[in-house]
Amino acid sequence: LSRIGDELYLEPTKSGLSLRAVNSSRSAFASFLFAPLFFQLYEPGSAGPDTELFRCKVHMKSFLGIFRSLPSLEKSVGKCLILLKPRASRLVLQLHCKYGVTKTHNLAFQECEQLQAVFDTRCCASRLCAPARVLAEAVVHFPLTLAEVTLGTGPGGKISLRNYVEDEAEPSKTMVTELWLAEDEFQSVAVAPGSHITFCLKEFRGLLSFAEASNLPLTIHFDEPGRPVIFTLDDTVLEVHLVLATLSDLESSSQSPSTNGVSHLPAPSDDFADDLESYMVAMETNEGGSEGPPSPTFPLRTPQPAESEPEEEEEEEEGAVPGTPPHKKFRSLFFGSVMTPGRPGLATTQEVLAEDSDGE
Amino acid sequence: MRFRAKIVDLACLNHFSRIINTIAKLAKTCILRLTVCKLYFILSDKIANGGASMWCELSQGNFFDEFQMEGIAAEHNEIYLELVPENLSRALKTAQSAKAVKIKLTNKHCPCLRVAVELPSLSSSSRIVTHDIPVGVIPRRMWNDFREPSVPDFDVSIYLPVLKTMKSVVERMKNLSNFIVIEANLSGEMNLKIETDLVSVTTHFKDLGNPPWASEDGCQNSTQGRDLENMAEACIDIKKLQQLLAGQQVNPTKALCNIVRKRIVHFILLHEEVSLQYFIPAIA
Repeated sequence: LSRIGDELYLEPTKSGLSLRAVNSSRSAFASFLFAPLFFQLYEPGSAGPDTELFRCKVHMKSFLGIFRSLPSLEKSVGKCLILLKPRASRLVLQLHCKYGVTKTHNLAFQECEQLQAVFDTRCCASRLCAPARVLAEAVVHFPLTLAEVTLGTGPGGKISLRNYVEDEAEPSKTMVTELWLAEDEFQSVAVAPGSHITFCLKEFRGLLSFAEASNLPLTIHFDEPGRPVIFTLDDTVLEVHLVLATLSDLESSSQSPSTNGVSHLPAPSDDFADDLESYMVAMETNEGGSEGPPSPTFPLRTPQPAESEPEEEEEEEEGAVPGTPPHKKFRSLFFGSVMTPGRPGLATTQEVLAEDSDGE
Repeated sequence: MRFRAKIVDLACLNHFSRIINTIAKLAKTCILRLTVCKLYFILSDKIANGGASMWCELSQGNFFDEFQMEGIAAEHNEIYLELVPENLSRALKTAQSAKAVKIKLTNKHCPCLRVAVELPSLSSSSRIVTHDIPVGVIPRRMWNDFREPSVPDFDVSIYLPVLKTMKSVVERMKNLSNFIVIEANLSGEMNLKIETDLVSVTTHFKDLGNPPWASEDGCQNSTQGRDLENMAEACIDIKKLQQLLAGQQVNPTKALCNIVRKRIVHFILLHEEVSLQYFIPAIA
């Protein structure tokens, strides 16, 4: 979760404790739902008829700092108690260690709205399931600094992974790496032929190492470019979702899927970036104005008006943090209506479940 | 113009990768020259490289199970390509357990060296990873820029100390100064010196031995007429020396350097199947 965002959202629910994170450009969201059975004791608290179960968010680093050295924790800690004290504004983590030592950490938290991305695995046309090891072995061929990767389907049911080369990069100078996996390396394959999506590798690698460590198979649900890709891990006591925005390509709707065995991403048109920029201006609360007015082809459907409080400009410069995609390229699909060019109708079926939870 | 090659043996692949890694540490971009029998990695002494130049030569038969090359023309049966060795290094890095690695010169959208790695997998078919490395084809008229440099008329030739030791000495000196003085004499003594306003450090090596070089007139480079203790020195960019030493992943069979007083230092590193020459000019 720390690979995604700087804040950890804790949401106790009847079905378990959900830990969530979202990245600053709202293009990556993850949630880990621990069922009550995972815990020795689980009391989510009581919700009244008008009140919801208490939720909060804490600084990721503060939380992680408590669990800094896993090997030594495993040796010395007997029990860990997590307690929410709303009136004291503190999230208490108590580690009961050997020799009668108890370490109590009091973390300050902030109340927050529910952090929920808009996604539905049932709406995805394609699904792949593979052991984490296979995917980890596939991803190792790509450099750690690679930002985006394209997952595609090819002839003979083969699945390909290819590094995504940005339009700004000179094609004659960039190395292209492509890996093909046979269908039988996967536990299940149900994909729309000729489909492909491009997503950010950094957050995916994070989930992959978790999956490898827990030896769980990973399922990838995806649809068309631009619609989010959803990675899930399932266990009896744990449900994990990672939702990543995918690169949209404007020409995909008009082009027939390539069948020559190499999944080429058609080069996006020149005003592609501009359209996204203006779309992002509309969706995000940053009314910087330097990116131009919203394009008339993307009418906004947000039920609520965009909160006027401007968000801080992204700290990452484009390219400086390769993991988090520059927000002009990836859509924030989760916290507002989903717009796909040429298909405005789709948006009406999605409603905003949550506002920008950074609203203060 | 065609080129295809294949490596099947893991040890050869490993060895080849290590050579590429060494080259990648020395040059950001270099020339790959392909002939029927050999591969050459060449860096010519342009200002961009800080004047350093490199010549690395290997026999293809020692590495490749298949090697087919058709040059630019029948009477010039060679290919010169400009590439970024780091790309090749990266492509080979994750191929260490491969069943086979094929390299081919292709021209889909632009000339590329396509490295196709066939990896074992639990499924019925192998996993294939392809890396398309963009290359520039060097036209025939520019080939003269990349001729083998001649051995300079040196003042001293001496075997290098154990590279690992030399490397750790140079690495520490690099923290203190940008330039290093290499001096050596014909009595097998070498000193590495740095000098700054605050500190000067010298490391002395002795009993290194001086390689015998036969000169044209048949007799050995006349040691009789020369003062054996006389040091020949050259001040060079310490980073270049450090890069050379850091790039060596295997101990060479022979390692020596030729010093032309105040002009240039010529390093020769010989392994069984590959030879590497590196020239570092002296700073005025």
